[in-house]
Amino acid sequence: MAYSTQQIKLTHLIFGGSAFALLLVLTLGTVLVLWLNADIKTTLSPSDWATINFTITQAIVSATLSVLIAVPTARALFFRNFKGRQFILTIMGAPFILPTIVAILGIIAVWGRSGYISEFISNFSINPLNIYGFTGVVLAHVFFNIPLATRFIIQGWSAIPIEHFRLSAQLGINTSGITRHIEWPMLKSVIPGVFLLIFLLCISSFAVALALGGGPKATTIELAIYQSLRFDFNFAKAAQLGIIQFTICAILGLITIIVSKPVQFSHGLDRKVERWDRTHFRYLLFDIFILTLVCLFLFLPLFSIIIRGIIPIFSLPSTVWIAAFNSTTVAIVSSFISIGMALSMSGLIVRISQKFSITSQSMEIVSFLTLAASPFIIGTGLFILIFPYMSPFIIALPITALVNAAMALPFSLRMILPAMANAEKNYGKLADSLGMTKFSRFRFAIWPRLRRPVGFSAGLAAALSMGDLGVITLFAPADVATLPLIMYRMMSSYQISAASGVALLLVSLSILLFWVFDRGGQLEHNVR
Amino acid sequence: MNKFINFAAGFLLASVTTASAQDLPKLTVYTYDSFVSDWGPGPAIKKAFEKTCLCELNLVGAGDGAALLSRLQLEGKRTQADIALGLDTNLTARAASSGLFANHNNNLKNLDLPIDWSDDLFIPYDWGYFAFIYDNTKVKNPPKSFEELIMMPDDFKIVIQDPRSSTPGLGLLLWVKEAYPDRAAEIWKGLAPKILTVTAGWSEAYGMFIEGEADMVLSYTTSPAYHIIAENDETKSAANFDEGHYMQIEVAAKLASSKNPELADKFLKFMTSNDFQSIIPTTNWMYPAVLPKDGLPDGFAKLISPSKSLLIPSSEAENVRSEALSEWLTALSK
Amino acid sequence: MSITLDNIKLSHGAFHLSANFKVEAAKKVAIIGPSGGGKSTLLSTISGFKFPDRGKIFINGNDVTSTPPSERPVALLFQDHNLFPHLSVKKNVSLGINTTLNLSETEHEIVDKALSRVGLKDYDKKMPFELSGGEQQRVALARCLLRKKPVLCLDEPFAALGPAMKKEMLNLVKEIVESTNATLLMVTHQPEDAIYISDETILVSGGIANNPENTAELFSDPSPELVEYLGV
Repeated sequence: MAYSTQQIKLTHLIFGGSAFALLLVLTLGTVLVLWLNADIKTTLSPSDWATINFTITQAIVSATLSVLIAVPTARALFFRNFKGRQFILTIMGAPFILPTIVAILGIIAVWGRSGYISEFISNFSINPLNIYGFTGVVLAHVFFNIPLATRFIIQGWSAIPIEHFRLSAQLGINTSGITRHIEWPMLKSVIPGVFLLIFLLCISSFAVALALGGGPKATTIELAIYQSLRFDFNFAKAAQLGIIQFTICAILGLITIIVSKPVQFSHGLDRKVERWDRTHFRYLLFDIFILTLVCLFLFLPLFSIIIRGIIPIFSLPSTVWIAAFNSTTVAIVSSFISIGMALSMSGLIVRISQKFSITSQSMEIVSFLTLAASPFIIGTGLFILIFPYMSPFIIALPITALVNAAMALPFSLRMILPAMANAEKNYGKLADSLGMTKFSRFRFAIWPRLRRPVGFSAGLAAALSMGDLGVITLFAPADVATLPLIMYRMMSSYQISAASGVALLLVSLSILLFWVFDRGGQLEHNVR
Repeated sequence: MNKFINFAAGFLLASVTTASAQDLPKLTVYTYDSFVSDWGPGPAIKKAFEKTCLCELNLVGAGDGAALLSRLQLEGKRTQADIALGLDTNLTARAASSGLFANHNNNLKNLDLPIDWSDDLFIPYDWGYFAFIYDNTKVKNPPKSFEELIMMPDDFKIVIQDPRSSTPGLGLLLWVKEAYPDRAAEIWKGLAPKILTVTAGWSEAYGMFIEGEADMVLSYTTSPAYHIIAENDETKSAANFDEGHYMQIEVAAKLASSKNPELADKFLKFMTSNDFQSIIPTTNWMYPAVLPKDGLPDGFAKLISPSKSLLIPSSEAENVRSEALSEWLTALSK
Repeated sequence: MSITLDNIKLSHGAFHLSANFKVEAAKKVAIIGPSGGGKSTLLSTISGFKFPDRGKIFINGNDVTSTPPSERPVALLFQDHNLFPHLSVKKNVSLGINTTLNLSETEHEIVDKALSRVGLKDYDKKMPFELSGGEQQRVALARCLLRKKPVLCLDEPFAALGPAMKKEMLNLVKEIVESTNATLLMVTHQPEDAIYISDETILVSGGIANNPENTAELFSDPSPELVEYLGV
């Protein structure tokens, strides 16, 4: 029965509400700022429509492929216990958080005309690969997104109560039966959300499409926005395209939130995972096969980054280490802000959803807006808003932290919200019946159930922030740099091998930060 | 968040304190990122100028040339910049119409450009030619013109930049248009199958070329100078095209809203002086606008010399650009 | 304390429940009836986790209809999720006395005594997942002890226990309730538990929570609904 007695307290309104307001200002607000500051109003040309078409098509294909590959990968990873499994899971986070320029060079190193694969197949007189075009774009997007999809789908599997597998074993249900009755319903509820997330990420893709797309037929809306702002200074067009991007994403967001259930993060008194079917050797072979393929696909580009960077990394100038410090500080601050926002918003949504479920669902959708928003529009809009009042240089790093926090919010929220809803459902009443209030209630009843999703989200937010090259470019003074910015500057000065060193440093720090936060969330925290 | 505010406050305090401690006027120059980087001209220029000016030179990296202009337009009259350094002739018309820049009052007689230069607002500081760079150990018979490039087999691949987001990309677009005013669309159609990919910026494209992905990359005639001088590597050469090569002339100008107009004038004079110009060749890897007293470094002698210097006057560049862009889009969208 | 349900009506979709009765102070009342009939709902309403659509609830003569659960003089033992999985046994019990878990010396002793009373003297540092179902319920009961509330609501608390252990727990409950003069409301699926411990029994069936009747009389002369439920 749904009715209950949770009250919407003032604190929830204030904290959750301000987080929302901030989000709206950053996403929709900046588009509005641009629109208001535009001198000429223009309409969209046919090539703009072609752009929109391409953007949507590649996003759909990329998302579909990512999910299709992630499902068997997740299953293999979840049920097969082997040494190094945790390591693989953590490293899998890497492609998602790589700065795009680093990732593109890595992918080219493996799949390009002169890449590992082309060199290998040339031994058999096969022509070198040419992935530039639609293929390349989809390849890169799948590379970025398989790890994320896998991670989310694994959570889906871990949400299936172990009793279901025990029961099936007891009843002698075979593998296809289990798939049909137990796994497929779970997948049906998890996959739409994952699909949407990847779709949104691919929609707002910029440099990937441009570098690997082969030409202007592979233009995304994001690139068109970039061009309108940088070269044409056409605010109106940028705003129009920004709104179109939002609309596409909002529609899909709506569909998905209605259709799918959010993923649970861990259940009850956590137990080990076991299943008793799929024991035949051919299943083991399949799992090994798919895991090997996926690992190779993901790790070879990373490997090339390591190979190219391992020597230069030891002779980097001191400015790089200062930039590393800046980047790390911003990343940590950014992840704290993001988690803070996610917790406030979750608290508010959980309470509102009990009385006003449509309002709470729309609030969830709003959190997706930052995925759909263009960092160029956000940066320009913020710049216009702030510049009259203070020099942008002073607040370069704090603004970067803030915008990065907002960008990571969709992920944090999608993980923390269901965990909080679950904690409330399972232990909220107990806490209330004991008269636990505010701090002790949160600390003992709710927080322990949030540690894992918070750890993961904080890690993700920190890693994403490390690789960011968007907002900082508009705000940074000459002597304040982040690692991606320094890397870009190096590459613009022919310093390609030094840039490789920085790339390796960047990737290592990102993975380290992610691992620290994620692990922290998984540590046993029993208060004896 | 507290740590942050402390950091930012400390940083701010430090910069304020240093300035007031030295009591020097500050000249702010907005330029592009590669100028400011440790390997660019920035550090040496700063040292040289501060020796004579009794001031502090504040170099600010604002992206690339086009981003630089957009930034100034965004900031408008309230900008802190005194000088904008790094626009090229494709952007000067738009820059001039923004009304942000002031006359420089220099006579520009000592410039060593291959063309005549007269502009009240903008002073060139370096220039170069766009060219396709190739690896001379792998490509034995480089094309000598666009027509020859089109005739190359389809597995000969070039990588270029997008004219909508990159100055070399725009340069190539205008190059084709200027060399073949009526046949530009046809040329692009012929080039299309050889274009491996179009990147957002120069660095991705050049990186791909260095890794061996493409046989040629659109860059500058001076790119091989970097490899020769800094890396002792003579394997990169520029292809010399019969049609001539399109020029990129990089300019600087004084902001009309500048609070330090005399200092800005001093800088512009310094910019065309030997102290500045001698730094350019081996840091910015372009030809200096004024030949240094000691001439150009040895490596520069090995660079190709185009037979013709192509350049669309800045007043026409904007119009030509939109027509050229739609031809380019049509040809490459097939 | 006495509990009065004055024309209480609740519905949710196809489910409805109406109750109109009074439980005298210090009585021990069993609540029985078919599954899904509304026994737990009745307890939730009395303890404040559900608000009725109509009617009023009085505890000790005070109208508590809109009072939040922590402010009602009721201690409630759920069917499950009674313990916080990340807190040790001792900490779980201590929440009954002090929700900040900063206990004084005296409070520490009180907690230890409560644990001993339920037979779990050396379990203080164990974690809930290390205990069996019955042990977990005993810990929860120890916590109830400490709350010193005049009304004790138990929702099928001993369903998972063996007969001897269950008898022991029932005795303990009886002892606690009698020594504190508390009113007991216990939902159970075992009629023999009702007979063993309760003075009166409420039958919840067909959407109605019937008035409490003397347990012995009710079972010796069962109503048709009770017969249907008991299956005799």
